[in-house]
Amino acid sequence: MLYSSVISERFRHPRFFGDLADADAVFEDVNPLCGDRVRIQLKLANGSVADARFKGDSCAICMASADLLVEIARGRAIGEVLALAPDDLLTRLEAKIRPSRITCVTLPLQVLKGALTAVGAAR
Amino acid sequence: MTLAERCRPDFAILNRRVNGKPLVYLDSAASSQKPRQVIEAVRRYYETTHANVHRSIHTLGEEATALLESVRDRVRQFIGAAQREEIVFTRGTTDAINLVAQAIGRTVKAGDEVIVTEMEHHSNLIPWQMLCRDRGAVLKAVPVIGEGFLDLEAFTRLLSRRTRVVAVAHVSNVLGTINPVREIAERAHAAGALVLVDGAQAVPNLPVNVQSLGADFYAFSGHKMLGPTGGGVLYGRRAVLDSLEPAWGGGEMIKEVWIDHAQWNDLPWRFEPGTPPIAPIVGLGAAVEYLSAIGMEAVAAHERALCRLTLELLAKNGDTTIYGPRNPEIKGAVVAFNVRGLHPHDVAHLLDQEGIAVRAGHHCAMPLMRRLGVVGTVRASFSVHTTPAEIEHLARSLSNLDLMI
Repeated sequence: MLYSSVISERFRHPRFFGDLADADAVFEDVNPLCGDRVRIQLKLANGSVADARFKGDSCAICMASADLLVEIARGRAIGEVLALAPDDLLTRLEAKIRPSRITCVTLPLQVLKGALTAVGAAR
Repeated sequence: MTLAERCRPDFAILNRRVNGKPLVYLDSAASSQKPRQVIEAVRRYYETTHANVHRSIHTLGEEATALLESVRDRVRQFIGAAQREEIVFTRGTTDAINLVAQAIGRTVKAGDEVIVTEMEHHSNLIPWQMLCRDRGAVLKAVPVIGEGFLDLEAFTRLLSRRTRVVAVAHVSNVLGTINPVREIAERAHAAGALVLVDGAQAVPNLPVNVQSLGADFYAFSGHKMLGPTGGGVLYGRRAVLDSLEPAWGGGEMIKEVWIDHAQWNDLPWRFEPGTPPIAPIVGLGAAVEYLSAIGMEAVAAHERALCRLTLELLAKNGDTTIYGPRNPEIKGAVVAFNVRGLHPHDVAHLLDQEGIAVRAGHHCAMPLMRRLGVVGTVRASFSVHTTPAEIEHLARSLSNLDLMI
């Protein structure tokens, strides 16, 4: 096993891959290392992330990170989501990520925060 | 004894183990490893000869100058240039292409056109993008068709009296396609355009003769051809170099200087401002000597056989998609591929566990990736020390990949 069972499982069977009808916020960005693209769609309600989905053609680490992040974000207050740090993901991915691949973990986080910023929810 | 068997003892790094496995280095197209002859030449230079060149009136300065200038002669011969004045030392291919874009840029007018191709490395695209943006010129690209060939009919249609420069890779760093540079140059010249050839993936692997190719400029890097990083070459046809103003100013590139003007130095020094990368060029000289002793025909035949084996073995793996020409006779020393269901970076990471170093990603050729419809690819590339057993190890590891993730 190269990465971890968490990464392997979420890469093979992501739970939150797809589109949201009537999303309130959509954002995507690119990992300059590899050109991977991740898109996150959000539904917001009462100052919280009501629902979220991600899409992207990306590596196993990035895919797992995005899936995990969306799971964590769903149902949480926007302030809490904005406070999420890479370590919150790294701990739950249960894998040693080498320095050259750390952006694969952090790209989804950057995209999620970008989505919230784009709708002004970050203020 | 095969070529690889003869060469391997020269590459100390091949004794390394990576993740507990013997290193299998299949990333020479990104940067080659260095034989001891090159490392020793650099060490010897620093330990016995180092001084600044061209200006120092002392023994070391004279010896360093003679050494540097002897590499110029060796390189001239290696790529079949007519005169030593046509060999400009640079820091690498990127530096060389930027030099040309900068120098030609001064003469480009709004509405002029530059033609690149869809398969260019960013280093032979971005300098032209910048030039066109600055001068109001138009950038056009020759499409890639079929297995990864340039659409020459489309190229001919793109050519016009407005075309100033045609910039094309000799060998694609992803597809491995050997482009018909001679034909491209003939058509470009007929339209009155200059031709710059990015030879970074050709000079390390194929016999190259800049005169028979008809290139006006030919750029390549030392570090991809067994030499150190930080040194490269720009070949420029004498008549063209003579017509150009220097790209950059500084010491060394002038004859006489006043506060408000200066007289440029002779070729090639006019294009070499500042202290050149002496040690990397000395190392490049040793690399040229090393490759010349083997003979570039022999190097090319060796790598063609490896390419053929790689294509054969990968084609047997039903989960693998190969990019670029399938015929090794018309291909350089690279094979790009993807494994179904796996991202190229995951494949590279997995192969690293087996001690195998390959490149994965967009290979600094994002427009080509878009053309191929992929985010990236894995790329295996070969050098003089690569063996068939290493290629078999790659193929075996690839067929076990899915179990590992």
